[in-house]
Amino acid sequence: MNIIQQYEAGEIARLTEARAVPEFAPGDTVRVSVRVVEGERTRTQAYEGVVIARSNKGLNSNFTVRKISYGEGVERVFPLYAPTIAEIAVVRRGDVRRAKLYYLRGRRGKSARIAEKAREVNTTATAAAE
Amino acid sequence: MRTGLIAKKLGMTRLFKDDGTHVPVTVLHLDELQVVDTRTVERDGYTAVQLGSGKAKVKNVSKPNRGHFARVKVEPKKNLREFRVSEDALLEPGATLSAAHFVVGQKIDVTGTSKGKGFAGGMKRWNFAGLEASHGVSISHRSLGSTGNRQDPGKTFKNKKMAGHLGGERITTLNLEVAAVDVEKGLIMVRGAVPGSKGELVEVRDAIKRARHADAPFPAALVGA
Repeated sequence: MNIIQQYEAGEIARLTEARAVPEFAPGDTVRVSVRVVEGERTRTQAYEGVVIARSNKGLNSNFTVRKISYGEGVERVFPLYAPTIAEIAVVRRGDVRRAKLYYLRGRRGKSARIAEKAREVNTTATAAAE
Repeated sequence: MRTGLIAKKLGMTRLFKDDGTHVPVTVLHLDELQVVDTRTVERDGYTAVQLGSGKAKVKNVSKPNRGHFARVKVEPKKNLREFRVSEDALLEPGATLSAAHFVVGQKIDVTGTSKGKGFAGGMKRWNFAGLEASHGVSISHRSLGSTGNRQDPGKTFKNKKMAGHLGGERITTLNLEVAAVDVEKGLIMVRGAVPGSKGELVEVRDAIKRARHADAPFPAALVGA
């Protein structure tokens, strides 16, 4: 491993110790608790939606969550190891055959549904326990 | 004026800070950086330190240079650079410099050789606008346009910006910020990009347009001192 890879491996170890990363894949519905700073105090804000893409590149990994908010499609990209994320909870496992679900952008309602996969659901809490 | 350091650009990564923000950083590595020689006013007419980094095989070092290294009892170095310093910031030959030379939050200047781009046109090299995409323009969408006037002056002026070789030249980026320092591994992490490709040698100095940082060690941070 070169020096940068060593540094990134160390950073991933440090950040996952602070907040474990559960196993999830595109098609899953996740609830991401984001730390929001409002003036002096901080609170967590939940953002729940379907994971439509994951980009796995070590420390720079990120994932895209899409939801329909007040009739408008919203997508948010989160860095996987960001300390601003308090928790990632997997709500539902989706059964999909693609890695990138960009086709959901053109769909609404019934056709935008994803079938549920029969598998147990784990969260940050269970990922930490493992 | 303190000495600068010779470092190797390793590449870029990111830093996650405790407050949740993240910083894109370039990682610079100090490789057995030692003082090899000094220049003094009496002998040379100016004051400077000569630093060496890396490790050279003895068989690849010329005989005069072998003597040069043997005189101050340092291992032969791959790279030698001189840094002008003020008289009170001269260092002893043989001293090893550490990454603690720069402190977090300090502004620095980084000099390197930019990536070579080969023969480039006016749009890439000088940010010319080029010609229009339509309205009768044919084949010359990326051309320079006019290079001069008419019978008077009747010539193209010297230094007119034209197509030519781009990159591969010495570039100094000013006022970069030190984001983190790892003394043990000899790493300096600089916010943002520095000139050159990965593996390239760069010179790191205190920012010339700023006062020296209050916490920066003077004359230098040495290993085992």
